[in-house]
Amino acid sequence: MSAHAHDLAAEQHEDHGHHHKETFVTKYIFSQDHKMISKQYLITGLFMGIIGIGMSLIFRMQLAWPDKQFPIYEVLLGKWGLDGVMDPSVYLALVTIHGTIMVFFVLTAGLSGTFSNLLIPLQIGARDMASGFLNMVSYWLFFLSSLIMVMSLFVEAGPASAGWTIYPPLSALPQAIPGSGAGMTLWLVSMAIFIASSLLGSLNYIVTVINLRTKGMSMTRLPLTIWAFFVTAIIGVVSFPVLLSAALMLIMDRSFGTSFFLSDIYIAGEVLHHQGGSPVLYEHLFWFLGHPEVYIVLLPALGITSEVIATNARKPIFGYRAMVASIIAIAFLSTIVWGHHMFVSGMNPFLGSVFTFTTLLIAIPSAVKAFNYITTLWKGNLQMNPAMLFSIGLVSTFITGGLTGIILGDSALDINVHDTYFVVAHFHLVMGISALYGLFAGVYHWFPKMFEGRLMNKNLGYVHFWVTAIGAYGVFFPMHFIGMAGLPRRYYTNTAFPYFDDLADVNVIITVFAFIAAAAQLVFLYNFISSMFFGKVGPKNPWKSNTLEWTAEVKHIHGNWDGPIPSVHRWAYDYSKRNEDDSDYVVPGQDFVPQVLPLQDKEEEMDH
Amino acid sequence: MTAFLVVLVIVLFGVALWQMAKIFELSKPESDTTDQIANDQDNQINGKLMLMFVGFIYVLAFISHYKWSKVFLPQAASEHGVDIDQLWLISMVLIFVVGIITQWLLHYFAFKYRGRQGQKATFFADNDKLEFIWTIIPVIVLAGLIIYGLFTWSDIMNLEPDEDPMVVELYAYQFDWRARYSGTDNVLGDANVRLIEGANVLGIDVTDPNSQDDVVVSELHLPVGKKVLFKMRSQDVLHSAYMPHFRAQMNCVPGMVTQFAFTPTMTTQDMRMNEDMVAKVQDINNIRREKSKVLEANGDEALAPYEFDYLLLCNKICGNNHYNMQMKIVVETQEEFEAWLAEQKSVANTLVVQ
Repeated sequence: MSAHAHDLAAEQHEDHGHHHKETFVTKYIFSQDHKMISKQYLITGLFMGIIGIGMSLIFRMQLAWPDKQFPIYEVLLGKWGLDGVMDPSVYLALVTIHGTIMVFFVLTAGLSGTFSNLLIPLQIGARDMASGFLNMVSYWLFFLSSLIMVMSLFVEAGPASAGWTIYPPLSALPQAIPGSGAGMTLWLVSMAIFIASSLLGSLNYIVTVINLRTKGMSMTRLPLTIWAFFVTAIIGVVSFPVLLSAALMLIMDRSFGTSFFLSDIYIAGEVLHHQGGSPVLYEHLFWFLGHPEVYIVLLPALGITSEVIATNARKPIFGYRAMVASIIAIAFLSTIVWGHHMFVSGMNPFLGSVFTFTTLLIAIPSAVKAFNYITTLWKGNLQMNPAMLFSIGLVSTFITGGLTGIILGDSALDINVHDTYFVVAHFHLVMGISALYGLFAGVYHWFPKMFEGRLMNKNLGYVHFWVTAIGAYGVFFPMHFIGMAGLPRRYYTNTAFPYFDDLADVNVIITVFAFIAAAAQLVFLYNFISSMFFGKVGPKNPWKSNTLEWTAEVKHIHGNWDGPIPSVHRWAYDYSKRNEDDSDYVVPGQDFVPQVLPLQDKEEEMDH
Repeated sequence: MTAFLVVLVIVLFGVALWQMAKIFELSKPESDTTDQIANDQDNQINGKLMLMFVGFIYVLAFISHYKWSKVFLPQAASEHGVDIDQLWLISMVLIFVVGIITQWLLHYFAFKYRGRQGQKATFFADNDKLEFIWTIIPVIVLAGLIIYGLFTWSDIMNLEPDEDPMVVELYAYQFDWRARYSGTDNVLGDANVRLIEGANVLGIDVTDPNSQDDVVVSELHLPVGKKVLFKMRSQDVLHSAYMPHFRAQMNCVPGMVTQFAFTPTMTTQDMRMNEDMVAKVQDINNIRREKSKVLEANGDEALAPYEFDYLLLCNKICGNNHYNMQMKIVVETQEEFEAWLAEQKSVANTLVVQ
């Protein structure tokens, strides 16, 4: 199959000389080149990230100092922040849109979209995605959905505010909350378009990985990044359509009088005609995507980490086959655990038992991954580049956040911490912070591939990492404690309960750390933008990596390789491999063996 | 003004960074293509920082426990709550041990094997035995946890037929709670939102004989030591009946009746005397006194001193006043409870037109 792909790619190469006439529009806007599309994804994702993180700072201020007035509220929130007092409805809108933007727009599109696009063709040795046109459409649909989501912030009654999970009936009835009017309509439209974009992207990734691998690039020689992107795309294709159907049914319930999710409702002085639907059905449909979504966010980050850790440890990733098996096991299990979000939703308790069982099973491949990362560091020669720091940071938060998952996945224990800040702390560490670290690791590591050889400033990178690392733990570690004190999430203020008065100082500390961590992101933004234009051009293969992308041209050309596509002779992790007689590295004086190098003299062939 | 200051601070921060980056650049004697790639000095510094960081995590964990373990919920006030707390403790000890060890290994290795010129990494790609060990250990430990958890869960959720609990309805609406006692027959009368009219806010079917002795109240009283079966309904959107001190929670779903049962074991008085609770309440009152000083200085009303009561909170986002949807729960002796219930008016006395 891959031999055929090679021929095909060679043919593409034949006529690639005709493509050089590019206008500004075809090069920068409606580009079909995967490298440009990946940059478009990244920059849109970062822009959405600024909005999402900015929102979290505003509501963190409200939570820390609920009875203080901040004129900044009036500046930013307008009529919902009059005299510096935040309105409860806009608080709910902020947490809703923060969640939506961070999960979907930053960590799904910004992370997976960016790096799948950049790395799949480059690391498997393809000239571009299987369909450049679909790829372009996918990005522009994502852009459109981002635009609609941002527009929804400006509608009169406010944006969607029923929580990022938008459970009906709250999200279905404008009488229940002002944000469920036009704001929710735009949210649903935006998400429907987002799903279309995600599906086009995922199908393209799958087809590309299966069909366009270069000669010699068998599945077992793929870098773990590609395995992660490939499996992520499969989960996306399996689960996103279910969210689309839920969104469509919700649209029907809202606008066309159906009763999929609504029944027996009396609100604002009248009984609604809806009869026979069930909100629990919506919860099932939502979490059938919602849980795999966690892994859609996390797996690419883990894939990036695998690659970055191996490269910078100058060691092969430990247990390659186990890592692949873990990715596949996690992907499979992720589709049968959604019920752990619903232990106290009113579904049959027997189902709760089943989902506890499957959920705790997922800890096994996750543990294997964590141990394998740690073993990869063991006896390495660690090059502490910023990407490496973020990868180690990811393993740390993945462990910390993952461990509390053992508690939340246990239905009996979930009863009392369900929907408290304990959950918020757990998922922010395990998917939010971990995936963001993966995103940063990827940006620092592959910046030269995106911006024609330029490197980001490492010292600013170090400042960025260490301040973020301290800030992230400072925010989310104490948060477990207020959750264990029984504090529910999504409360606009806790002052209605004197019982929670002693949590006020913890909330202040969390907010202070949040601001510190956010300030560090300004360092990153500055570094990103200035390096884009003025970054030092490094060597062609700055991290001395084995993978194919570093053999591609530094200058961006359509087709990636000026000459023929290189063929692959080995897996991606022959770092510090020595001769049979242990006299020197396989390639004398060089501790890495690029995938394009055939088996050397005196080299022992290994089956991984 | 503040907005301007904020913008100014951000701009100055940016300028400072820009200058810092410039200084970094100028301080470099030679400029070659690899100067943005980690060198031995970077590896040294960041390796050591890794070791300090694991210290930071430990210190943070220690300080958090030292300072804030007092905010935790007090001992469980229900029968099954004790089992949950037991399981919680075991799981917590387990994850702390695993967390402390793995974080140490991760950061210590990052420190110990920090890159040095001439250091050779070991080519170590596979070891079936090792991988088998750290697959099988989580399997065994998790199997234990799963079995323990599942037994606890089914004990809590499955009602034995011979238990004969007192049936109470919890009714949620934006943004308050009502409780309905099933009366002497221990059977709740039929109800539906379509029957809501005037004073009949729960939509009780007043023609149903079972509903005649039902009692609707806005404060939940429970007799200690008696199993209560809560039947939950919602009038409008999803709510969640969360009673943290009893380790109890169940969503209220419009269109269906959900349920949760538990046996309270401590009266409100008992809990007020509980050592941890006394300390917590004292702490809260100190905070409130401090706050009141500021309030009074501004001519506002001081905060009332706080006295502990069990709470029912809404724990599912339900609208603008979600943050203040609560009901007081009073747990008392059987006699006190019966006396209180006798004072309440039944449906027959309030809603049924004579």
